[in-house]
Amino acid sequence: MKAAHAGWVFVSPALFMIAVFFLLPVLAALGLSLTDFDIYALARLDNLRFVGGGNYLRLLQTPLFWKALGNTLFFVIVGVPLSIVASLAAALLLHSAVARGKAIFRTALFAPVVTTLVAVAVIWNYLLHTRYGLINEVLGWVGISPIDWLGDPRWSMPAIILFAVWKNAGFNMVIFLAALQSIPEELYEASRIEGATALQQLRFVTLPSLAPTMVLVSILTMAGYFQLFAEPYVMTQGGPLQSTTSVLYFMYEEGFKWWNLGSASAVAFLLFLLMFAVTLLQSFALRRWSEP
Amino acid sequence: MTLAGAEQAVRCLSIAALVCGLASCARPDSGEIVLEFWAMGREGEVVAELTRDFEARHRGIRVNVQQLPWQGAHEKLLTAFVGDATPDLAQMGNTWVPEFATLGALAPLEPLASASALVEQGDYFPGIWDTNVIDGRLFGVPWYVDTRLLFYRRDLLAQAGFSQPPRSWEEWRRMLVAIKRLPGAEHYSILVPLNEFEPLLLLGLQQDEPLLREGGRWGNFRSPGFRRALGFYLELFEQELAPRATNTQIANVWNEFARGYFAFYITGPWNIGEFKRRLPPELAGSWMTAPLPGPSGPGLSNAGGSSLVMFANSSRKEAAWKLIEYLSQPEVQRRFYALSGDLPPRRSSWEGSELGGDVYAAAFREQLERVEPTPKVPEWERIATELRVVAEQAAHGALTADAAVSELDARADRILEKRRWILAREAGE
Amino acid sequence: MRPQPRALLVNAALLAAAVVSLGPLAWMVSVSFMAPGEASSSPPPLLPRAATLENYHQLFARTGMGRGFANSLFLATAATLLALCFNVTAGYAFAKLRFAGRERIFRLLLGALIIPAQVAMIPLFLLLKQLGLVNTYLGVLLPSVANVFGIFLVRQYALSIPDELLEAARIDGAGEFRLFWSIVLPSLSPILVTLAIFTFLGSWNDFLWPLIVLTDDDRHTLPVALASLTREHVQDSELMMAGGVITVLPVLVLFLVLQRYYIQGLLAGSIKG
Repeated sequence: MKAAHAGWVFVSPALFMIAVFFLLPVLAALGLSLTDFDIYALARLDNLRFVGGGNYLRLLQTPLFWKALGNTLFFVIVGVPLSIVASLAAALLLHSAVARGKAIFRTALFAPVVTTLVAVAVIWNYLLHTRYGLINEVLGWVGISPIDWLGDPRWSMPAIILFAVWKNAGFNMVIFLAALQSIPEELYEASRIEGATALQQLRFVTLPSLAPTMVLVSILTMAGYFQLFAEPYVMTQGGPLQSTTSVLYFMYEEGFKWWNLGSASAVAFLLFLLMFAVTLLQSFALRRWSEP
Repeated sequence: MTLAGAEQAVRCLSIAALVCGLASCARPDSGEIVLEFWAMGREGEVVAELTRDFEARHRGIRVNVQQLPWQGAHEKLLTAFVGDATPDLAQMGNTWVPEFATLGALAPLEPLASASALVEQGDYFPGIWDTNVIDGRLFGVPWYVDTRLLFYRRDLLAQAGFSQPPRSWEEWRRMLVAIKRLPGAEHYSILVPLNEFEPLLLLGLQQDEPLLREGGRWGNFRSPGFRRALGFYLELFEQELAPRATNTQIANVWNEFARGYFAFYITGPWNIGEFKRRLPPELAGSWMTAPLPGPSGPGLSNAGGSSLVMFANSSRKEAAWKLIEYLSQPEVQRRFYALSGDLPPRRSSWEGSELGGDVYAAAFREQLERVEPTPKVPEWERIATELRVVAEQAAHGALTADAAVSELDARADRILEKRRWILAREAGE
Repeated sequence: MRPQPRALLVNAALLAAAVVSLGPLAWMVSVSFMAPGEASSSPPPLLPRAATLENYHQLFARTGMGRGFANSLFLATAATLLALCFNVTAGYAFAKLRFAGRERIFRLLLGALIIPAQVAMIPLFLLLKQLGLVNTYLGVLLPSVANVFGIFLVRQYALSIPDELLEAARIDGAGEFRLFWSIVLPSLSPILVTLAIFTFLGSWNDFLWPLIVLTDDDRHTLPVALASLTREHVQDSELMMAGGVITVLPVLVLFLVLQRYYIQGLLAGSIKG
């Protein structure tokens, strides 16, 4: 009986904070997205109009919203697999029996994860510079003419993907590494007795054992990549030609630059619905994989 | 058990209290008035020199200058207004004044100005003064004027066979083509940064038709005049006279100008100082300023600049007005010009200063006779942003000129929808 | 003993990956010691001609980075203390104390994890406006003091505390708070370090929220100060790199020192126990 009371006492401060500073605002955002709350309404509340689904309808007719959605999906669809492949490759190398100095390499490959995004974006801005950038310099050695990474709308999103993969690959690498270490040695023994080559081991032992981890990692990475914001904010300000305007960047401008809070809330909700649908699909996949 | 719960809550709250205690760095209260003054960019850097002198004259007032980067300044001011965190006074781009006045963020200044011995309306350039008058009320005092015109390389122009800067679009076009054809390393004729809306805006202001129609209720970008302006703008990129680049991609504008990467640059008076400071000495005689050429002879430019505004929320209006008065005095404005290169908005500040003798400022003096304000609607800043976005798309060839002007009107009309509704409601009341 | 070709290949690949990983960071440090304008040439120099501390001097003398450093340090420390206070008790209770609705509430919290924080951002700003907390440190801190991930992390770890240990103490007459203070907390200490480093790094690196809440540049955190520096001094890359070094160095050092705890937390958080 005492413990039951204690339980409530222990959780209530945290629950109170989460309720007031998260759940309540989420509900308020839903309400806000049904109004045309804007700067006029901030000045005088009787300038507020209830517009129902008007914001959502208008967004669906706004080219920039679709462009932002397209950019974000491009970032997710290309960036997530690339990021996962890079992480997996790094994990397999580190896990290899012949690798030396594992601890040092692991730390080196993980370091970009903990760095401050704004600061490393500054470096990458420079590495990607058309005429003075190290990246074009290196491409020049193999005869590729300079690419206008951040100025050409075709290359700006790939440049940001490159940067994101560099920054985030270490995170999933650590997760894969743990999963690799937990694969029972007997499985490899058995396959060796059957005369499997290293490649066959990878295909028939390692990868299937990693499948649940793979789905989990893709859920986490995808959720993160959907929330692309700081990279374009710092590196390109959403340009050139709005080719790096992500959904969240669009929301930020709509909300905190122009103070169309109603419309910005609607953007946030549309993003949430999209993420929710995708996560649902992935959880379904996870359940299928996890079944013994 | 509730007692224990309270104990637990107290523990957490005491940490929170400790945090708050640490956060509110207790400043000693010496009874002096501290004015919060926000200024942007370079002005924010140099104005501290003037405020020190002001503090010496007004014992008991301290001025705390905060410098905002131009790029985020508009957002910052709006956020501060929404969050009730506005300063006492601020520098404000005069195109933003209508917006903040409409919101009720600014304190009206006409009673103070008419009673002031130091701020004389008659001494100001009328077009510049007028940008601060919204619906007959004054909300700002001009601090400096900023109109854009041509900075160009005389030597490159001479190389291409011209001895005078252009006086009309036609002449200008011929020069740009000739400069592009000059031999040598990869170069362009003019830099028109794609992350600025000003170049296209200026070409649009040079036309007879206004940018918005019916009292700022609808966009007017499909008018023949604006269509002509956009055509001229796009030609610069189509014929590779201007690089399709933003400012951030040109690593260093001054270096590139010195290298001859481009020969013309449309920019403002602050760059007179920057050019003097940053260009190599051997180029000192090779660059000059010139008024903007117009479609058929000398052209208009924008009545830009910054005003000093006071916020309605300020509890230190009297002291804030003293600072505005101080910064408005001709001798202070002359000092300010020396520090920043910003051109003063008062005729008497121009007279008897080194400005009169400055060869680079002469073009500005001429241009100030021909300036045009942008539409005075709160939404203008947003429409200008759309102008930039659509112009960039058109420059990259993603939109035809005709599609671009239709798109601009559509976007402007959408942005102005709430304004139309509010105006209609007011008319009905 | 001839080295096997496979070993050579694997280690060469690892070395290349490490160069790609650390190269940009090393280059940032190198450029930060270059003279103004030196990095803007083709090919880009890898090392400064003559190392200079001028950029750092400029950074602290002319920009708000010094102040930003103090703000970041303070905010990250405060966020860490508050997060420990709110999340540890809750995490422990969800693991070890029986109370009505425990499982349902916990599932609800985990469900809330899929709502992106940005959905709440706009009303949260209006809420802070009502509370008069815009442009205050508290406004930056409050929304993140209790977070589901932290609670989850502590709960996972607390599940491993043996029930007998707690029961024995209860029989000896210890109250729930004494028990928490003298038995639970000490046995949770590894995860406390993990939670602390996670919170500290998260707070230090956070960008969007402080950008929105803090209007006063006296209160800007390092990333926000650096972002405005990059917009204002776009031409001075060497200065910006120095700013980058100042921003990144503390978190890198902290990570290197407490690496084990960080990785442990990362794994506990992602691989559901």
